[in-house]
Amino acid sequence: MVDLTTNYLGLTLKNPLVASASPLSQKIEIVRQLEDAGVSAVVMYSLFEEQIIADSLRLHRDLSQGTDSFAEAMTYLPDLTAYSDLRQYNIGPEVYVENLYNLKRAVEIPVIGSLNGITNGGWIEYAHKIQEAGADALELNIYNLPTDPEMTSSALEDRYIDLVRSIRASIKIPIAVKLSPFFTALPNFAKRLTEAGVNGLVLFNRFYQPDFDLDELEVVPRLVLSSSQELRLPLRWIAILYGRIPVDFALTSGIHTPEDIIKATMAGASACMMASTLLKYGIGHAAELLAGIQSWMEVNEYESITQMKGSMSQQAVAEPAAFERANYIKVLSSFDFRYTP
Amino acid sequence: MKRPIITVEGNEAVALVAHRINEVIAIYPITPSSSMGEYADAWSAVGKKNIWGTVPLVVELQSEGGAAGAVHGALQTGALTTTFTASQGLLLMIPNMFKIAGELTSTIFHVSARTLATHALSIFGDHSDVMATRSTGFALLASSSVQEAHDLALIGQAATLEARIPFLHFFDGFRTSSEVNKIEQLTDDDLRAMIDEKLVHAHRARGLSPDHPYIRGTAQNPDVFFQARETINKYYEACPQIVERAMQKFGKLVGRDYHLFDYTGAPDAEKVIIIMGSGAETTQETVKFLEARGEKVGVVTVHLYRPFSVEHFVKALPASVKVLAVMDRTKEPGATGEPLYMDTVTAIQEALDKGIAPFEKSPKIIGGRYGLSSKEFTPAMVKGIFDEMGKASPRKHFTVGINDDVTMTSIAYDPTFSVETADTVRCVFFGLGADGTVGANKNSIKIIGEETPNYAQGYFVYDSKKSGGITISHLRFGPRPIHAPYLVSDANFVACHQFNFLERYDVLKYASPGAVFLLNSSAGPDEVWDMLPQEVQKTIIEKKLRFFVIDGYKVAEDTGMGRRINTIMQTCFFAISGILPRDEAIKSIKYTIKKTYGKRGEAVVKRNYEAVDQTLANLFEVKVPDKVTSKLTVHPPVSAQAPVFVREVLGEIIAGRGDDLPVSAFPVDGTFPSATARWERRNIALEIPVWEPEVCIQCGKCVFVCPHAVIREKIYDPSLLKKAPASFLSTPARWKEFSDQKYTLAVSPEDCTGCGLCVEVCPAKDKTQVGRKAINMTEQPPIRERENANWDFFVTLPEIDRTKINVGQIKDASLLEPLFEFSGACAGCGETPYLKLLTQLFGDRTIVANATGCSSIYGANLPTTPWATNHDGRGPAWANSLFEDNAEFGLGFRLTIDKHLEYARELLPQLSKKIGETLVDELLTADQSTETGILAQRKRVQLLKERLAGVNDAKARDLLSIADELVKKSVWIVGGDGWAYDIGYGGLDHVLALGRNVNLLVLDTEVYSNTGGQASKSTPRAAVAKFAAQGKGLPKKDLGMIAMAYGYVYVARVAFGANDQQTLRAFLEADAYDGPSIIIAYSHCIAHGYDLIKGLEQQKLAVQSGFWPLYRFNPALSAQGKNPLSIDSKEPTIPFEEYAYNETRYRMLLQSDEQRAEALMKLAKKDVQSRWALYQQMAAMHYDGGNDAKE
Repeated sequence: MVDLTTNYLGLTLKNPLVASASPLSQKIEIVRQLEDAGVSAVVMYSLFEEQIIADSLRLHRDLSQGTDSFAEAMTYLPDLTAYSDLRQYNIGPEVYVENLYNLKRAVEIPVIGSLNGITNGGWIEYAHKIQEAGADALELNIYNLPTDPEMTSSALEDRYIDLVRSIRASIKIPIAVKLSPFFTALPNFAKRLTEAGVNGLVLFNRFYQPDFDLDELEVVPRLVLSSSQELRLPLRWIAILYGRIPVDFALTSGIHTPEDIIKATMAGASACMMASTLLKYGIGHAAELLAGIQSWMEVNEYESITQMKGSMSQQAVAEPAAFERANYIKVLSSFDFRYTP
Repeated sequence: MKRPIITVEGNEAVALVAHRINEVIAIYPITPSSSMGEYADAWSAVGKKNIWGTVPLVVELQSEGGAAGAVHGALQTGALTTTFTASQGLLLMIPNMFKIAGELTSTIFHVSARTLATHALSIFGDHSDVMATRSTGFALLASSSVQEAHDLALIGQAATLEARIPFLHFFDGFRTSSEVNKIEQLTDDDLRAMIDEKLVHAHRARGLSPDHPYIRGTAQNPDVFFQARETINKYYEACPQIVERAMQKFGKLVGRDYHLFDYTGAPDAEKVIIIMGSGAETTQETVKFLEARGEKVGVVTVHLYRPFSVEHFVKALPASVKVLAVMDRTKEPGATGEPLYMDTVTAIQEALDKGIAPFEKSPKIIGGRYGLSSKEFTPAMVKGIFDEMGKASPRKHFTVGINDDVTMTSIAYDPTFSVETADTVRCVFFGLGADGTVGANKNSIKIIGEETPNYAQGYFVYDSKKSGGITISHLRFGPRPIHAPYLVSDANFVACHQFNFLERYDVLKYASPGAVFLLNSSAGPDEVWDMLPQEVQKTIIEKKLRFFVIDGYKVAEDTGMGRRINTIMQTCFFAISGILPRDEAIKSIKYTIKKTYGKRGEAVVKRNYEAVDQTLANLFEVKVPDKVTSKLTVHPPVSAQAPVFVREVLGEIIAGRGDDLPVSAFPVDGTFPSATARWERRNIALEIPVWEPEVCIQCGKCVFVCPHAVIREKIYDPSLLKKAPASFLSTPARWKEFSDQKYTLAVSPEDCTGCGLCVEVCPAKDKTQVGRKAINMTEQPPIRERENANWDFFVTLPEIDRTKINVGQIKDASLLEPLFEFSGACAGCGETPYLKLLTQLFGDRTIVANATGCSSIYGANLPTTPWATNHDGRGPAWANSLFEDNAEFGLGFRLTIDKHLEYARELLPQLSKKIGETLVDELLTADQSTETGILAQRKRVQLLKERLAGVNDAKARDLLSIADELVKKSVWIVGGDGWAYDIGYGGLDHVLALGRNVNLLVLDTEVYSNTGGQASKSTPRAAVAKFAAQGKGLPKKDLGMIAMAYGYVYVARVAFGANDQQTLRAFLEADAYDGPSIIIAYSHCIAHGYDLIKGLEQQKLAVQSGFWPLYRFNPALSAQGKNPLSIDSKEPTIPFEEYAYNETRYRMLLQSDEQRAEALMKLAKKDVQSRWALYQQMAAMHYDGGNDAKE
C-alpha cells in the first residue's frame, strides 16, 4: 500500500488532492461529498472584500432609490431589517465566517480560508475573523491588475509585502499566498514573501480574461474551465522554486488526471488543487484520481508521495536548463532533435 | 413599566396599537393609509406578536371592497379583525360597513381621512370620505394628533368590544398620518389593561360555528324589517357612555385625559369653535394664545362624532357662549350645511327643547369649510374665524383659507398672525427627492426627539412629479410638546439643498429676520454672492440673514456618496443650529447612520461617516455685502409665449403660488387644456444626450425608447435650414424615398431627465472608438442655451407626412409626432414609452380611459398635462374615473362612439339629397385601415360639415354634431397591473367578454408602483414586494392566458426593450382588430430595485430567460383556419435567475433568507418552464376556427 500523505502549511494531509477555492465549498453538503470522495482538504470559496462593498452599496442604492421623494410612495421595497433587530442582510464577512465555522464542524478534513481584500483594514479584519471561525490556514489572493503606468513593479511588490507582514503579525494560523504568474522576478518575490512570514505559495491564480463580442462591439467576461494544458506553467515554476524557497507549494490550474498530480508532486508541490475538473466531471472524480495515483505509484513502484516530491524539480533533474528554455525555437529544435533518426 | 418615548409618524403610531390587539388584518394599499398596512405586514413577517402572544395574520385583498368582505367574514367567525384605508377605498367598504354595523359587530377601522375624487383626484386630507360613511352605523372617532391617534386607536378598540358597535377611527390624512412627532408609546400592559378578556371571548362566542350553528343575514320582508332595524337603538344610546368610560379608564391608566367633546378656552367664552381632526389642535393653540390676551374664546374638540351625544356635547359648551362656528373639513354641495354644522344645529335645538343646554337661548351658529385636500389651516385662519364671529352678521356658510371671488364665501384673515413661541426652533429645508433630504430630516427629528429632552415635529411636502421633484421639510423642536399641525412660515433656519431652486422658488420667504440660511453651492464663500439672483440678495440683506455655504456635492463625490448629500447637509444643520454640542451631534448622527444603514453593510456606514467627517471643513459663513449687486433675476415659471391660462394659472402653480389663486381662476368642471407640459421646462438633467450625425444610422431606436419624448427626429426639406441656428446639426436622410431630404435628431435639454436609456439602446458605434455612440451623455449646463435654441428651431420644422411612411417599422414609426410628452414619470420609466407609441400611432383619433395609478398621476397631476395635440389641434382625449372601474369607464366611451357612429350612418342616407349621394356612399364605405384611408375620410367629413352647415333641418344639425365619429376612433383603456389583475379585474374580464372594439393596455410593473410597490397578483414568485415581504410564494397570474380563453380577444404580450418591432406590431394589430384587445406590456420600474438605465437590458433578459415570453394571439387568424397564437420569442437561453438576480426585489430575499429564496427560485424556474411548454403546445395545435367577436 503506497503512502499518499503529504504536509502542507504544517497540516498533515491524507493525500495531495485539495479542493481549491470555488463555488463547490459554498454548500456543506458538497464539501461532505468531497471529503467522502477522498479529498484531503478544502480551500473555502473566497471572501471578496470588493464584493462585500459592492453588494452593500448596491443594496443601499436600490433600497434608497426614489425614497422620500413622492407623497404616495416613501419607499418602493420592503426592508424587513428595519422592522426587527433580529433581521440581517447576509452582506459582510459574517456569512462567510459563519459558513466557515459550520463547515469546520461538519467535516474532518482541514478547511483553509480564502481571502481577497482591497483595503488594509479589510484584509486584517477579515483575516482575523477567518482565524476566529476556526480555519486551519488562510490563503490570500493579493493580486490586483496594475493599469496605472506610473505604478512600478517594485512599488507594487513592496505594497504586497507590507500587506503580508501586517496580516502575519495579526494572525497565528499558517498563511499561503496565491500568486499570479505575472511577476517579473518571481523567485525574488517568492523569497521576499517567505521572509515576510508566508508558509506556502499557491501557483497560479487563474483570472477571468475578457473577450470581445464582435456583434455588439463590447468587452465581455468569459469564464473558461482550465485544461491539462495549463498545468505546464505552474509545473515549471514550482520545479524552479522548489528547494530554493523554503515554503510549501500548492499547484493549482490544470490538474485533471492522475498523471497531472504525479507531475505536480514531482515538481515539488505538496498539494494539488482542483476545481474545474470536479465541476466538469463531478465530485466522484476525485476518488478516481486518487485511485489513479495509487495505481500509477504501484505500477511504478513508488512508496510514498514524500519520496516523489520534488524528484523532478530543477535542482533534481539531470538537465536543469530544460526549465529555462523559454522560446519557441528551442522547443521546436528539441522536438526535432529527439526524433531525428 | 416606563413607557418608551418614540418619534414616529401618525400611521405608525396607529399601527403600533392595531397590530398588537388584532388577530386578523385585511389590507389593500391606498394613499395615505398604505403604510399602516405595510407596518402590519412587515411586523407579522418578522414574527412580531400581539398581546396574546401570537402573530397576527395579515392578508392583502384585491380591493378595499375585498378587504371589507374579508374583515366581515373574519369578524363573523369571531376573530378580532381590523383594516386600514382612506378615501375611495373607504367608499368601497361601505356596503360591508352597513352589514357589519347592522350585525352589531365589534371592530375598529383606522382611516387616514382623505379627499374623495370629485372634479379631480386628490391624495391629500379632508373628511369627505369619513363623512360619506355617516349612515353606515359605524361609530366615528376622531383624533387630532399623532399621540391622540395612538391613544384613541386603543380606546376605540376597548369601546367597540363593549358597545358592539363597530368603530371608524380617523385622523387627518398626511397632516396626522405622515407627521412625525414625539409621543409616549403605550405598552403591552396598557393594552391588556384596556382590553377586557371577557369581551374578547364574548366576541368570539358570537362567531359562526357549526358547533353552535345559527343563521345570520336573512332576507326580511315589509312586515318585520323595520322593527328589527330598530332593535339596535339601545346600543347606540349606550355607546357614548361606554366610550366616555373607556376614556376615563385610559386617563387613569396612562395620564392623558380625553372626553367625547373636549373644551379648551376661557370658562366665560362667548365665541366657540366646534371642530375635529388636526384643525382642532391648531384651534386649541390659537385659543390658548388669544385667551392669554384676555379674549373670550374657546374650542370644542369633537372626538366621538357618531353616535352624537347631545348631552355630552352641550355639557362641553360654556354657558356664556354667544356664537358658535362649526368647522367642517368637507363639502356637501346642495346641503343646508356641512355635516358637523348640521349636527350642531340639531343638537343645540334638541338640548334647548330638553332643557339640558347650559344656556337658555340658542347661540348664533355659523358653519365654515376649511382645509379641503390638506389646504393649510393656520392660527391666522382661526383668528380670522373668531374675527368673523365677532361681526354683527357673520357669514353663515363661509370658507377660510382660500379666496372665493366667485360666490364670495371666503372670510378674510391676517396671514401674518402667529402663535409660535420663541422657544420653538423652526426650520425649513428645500431638497431634491433624490438627494435624501427628507430621509436625513427624519433622522434629525429622531435624534432630537430621542437623544435630547426636546420635543420634535416633522412634516414633509412633496412635488407631484416622480422624477426630479422638490421636497420641503418643515421641522420644529423645542422644550415643550409641539401642537402645530401646519407648515412653518417663519423659520429660524432655512436650508436650500439645490442651488437652482433659488432661480425658481421664493425659498427665503420662509426665513424670519435674523434667521440662518444654508445653501448647497459649488461656488465658495467668496464667489457665491454674485451668483445669487437679485431677489435673493435683497432678502438676505433686508432680513439680515446669516448666510452659510457648503459644496455638498463635492464632499459627496469625494466620499463616494454620489449625489446623496443628506448626511452632509444634516451635519451642517447640527453644526450651525447648535441644538446639540458639535461632538455630541456628530456622535448622534453617526449612531443614527449605523442604526439606519448598518444592516445594509459596513461600506455604506463607512462612506456616510466619511462624509460627516469631511463636512465641517467645507462649511463656510459668507460675509454678506450690504448692497444688491447681482444682474441675475428669478426665472419666470413659464415662457412669455405660453397661452394665458398656462401663464396665469398653471405658471403660478409651478412657481409654488397655487395657494394664492382665486376660485375664479379654475374651470368649474375639472376640465383642463391638453399639451401644457411643454411649457413647464423643469431643467432637471445633469447630463443630456448629444447627437453625432456621422455615427448615427437613423434607426429611430432612441426616439422609440425615450420615456419623456424629449429626443425626436424629423425629415425635412434642406431649404428649411436657412433659418436654423449655427449650431443646428443635420445630415442627409437615410431613407430611399427621402434621399433628397435632411434628417435631424434633436433633444429638448430642459425636458430631458437624463435617464440615459437612449444611449443604452443606441446600436451605432464609432468604428475608431467603440465607446462613442451616435448619441452620448454630455454635461448639460454648458450646452443648455445652445441646445434650447436648437430645440426651439427643431419644433418649428414640419412633422412627417403620415401617409408617406411605413408605420409598421420602427425606423418610420419613430418619425411620428408623439402626443404624450414631458410627463412627470420617473427618469427611465418603463411605462411611458408604450403610451408615447400609442399616441404616435393613433393619437389624433384616440380616447383614453386611464385607471388611477402611476399613469394617471404622471398623466394628469397638476400643474401640467403631458397629453398633447398636433398642429391640427387633434390629440388624445383623456380621462380618469377611478381605480376599479376603468375598463367599464372606457367601454362607455366605445358605446357612445358606436351609438353615434350608428346614428350618423343612419342619418347619412336620409340626408343624401342635401349631402350628395357620392359623398354619402364614400363616407359609408370608406376603408380606414391605413393612414391614407383615414386622411381621406377626414377630408370627406370636412366636406360633409361644410355641406351640412347651412342646412336648416333637425336631422342635419344632429348629424353635424356627431359627424366626427365617422372617422375611425381608437379607444384605449390604460392602467397598471394593480388595476388589471386585481381591483379592476372583474370589470376588465366583463369588458373583454362583451366583444366591443376596445384596446386594453396593461402597463405591467408587477406591483402597485404608485403607492410604493405593494404586491399584486402580477407579482412573480420569489420576488419580494410590500405585502409579500418574505417573497411571494405563488406564481404570477397569467392574465394573457385567461384572455385567450375567450378565443375572440386579441392578446399580446410585449416588452419594448426586448423586441421593439413586435411591440409595434402588437399595437397596430390591436387597433386594427375589430373586437377587444389586450396588450400586456412589460414595464421596468423603480420598484424592481436596480438602476433603470439597465431597464432595456433587463427586458431582454426577461424574454431570454423565458420569464416573459413574447406572443400575439390574433383571433383574425382563426377565421382563416390558422392557429391564432404566434410565439415571438425564442426558447429560453438563459436561466431565470440570471435575469432575476439583477434585481433587488429578488436578490434581497437571497440576502436575507437564503433558504426560502432558493426554494422559491426553484419553483419560479418551474413556473417559467411549464408556462413556456404550455405556450409551445398551444402554438403548435391544429386550429380549426375559433370563437368570433361578432354575433
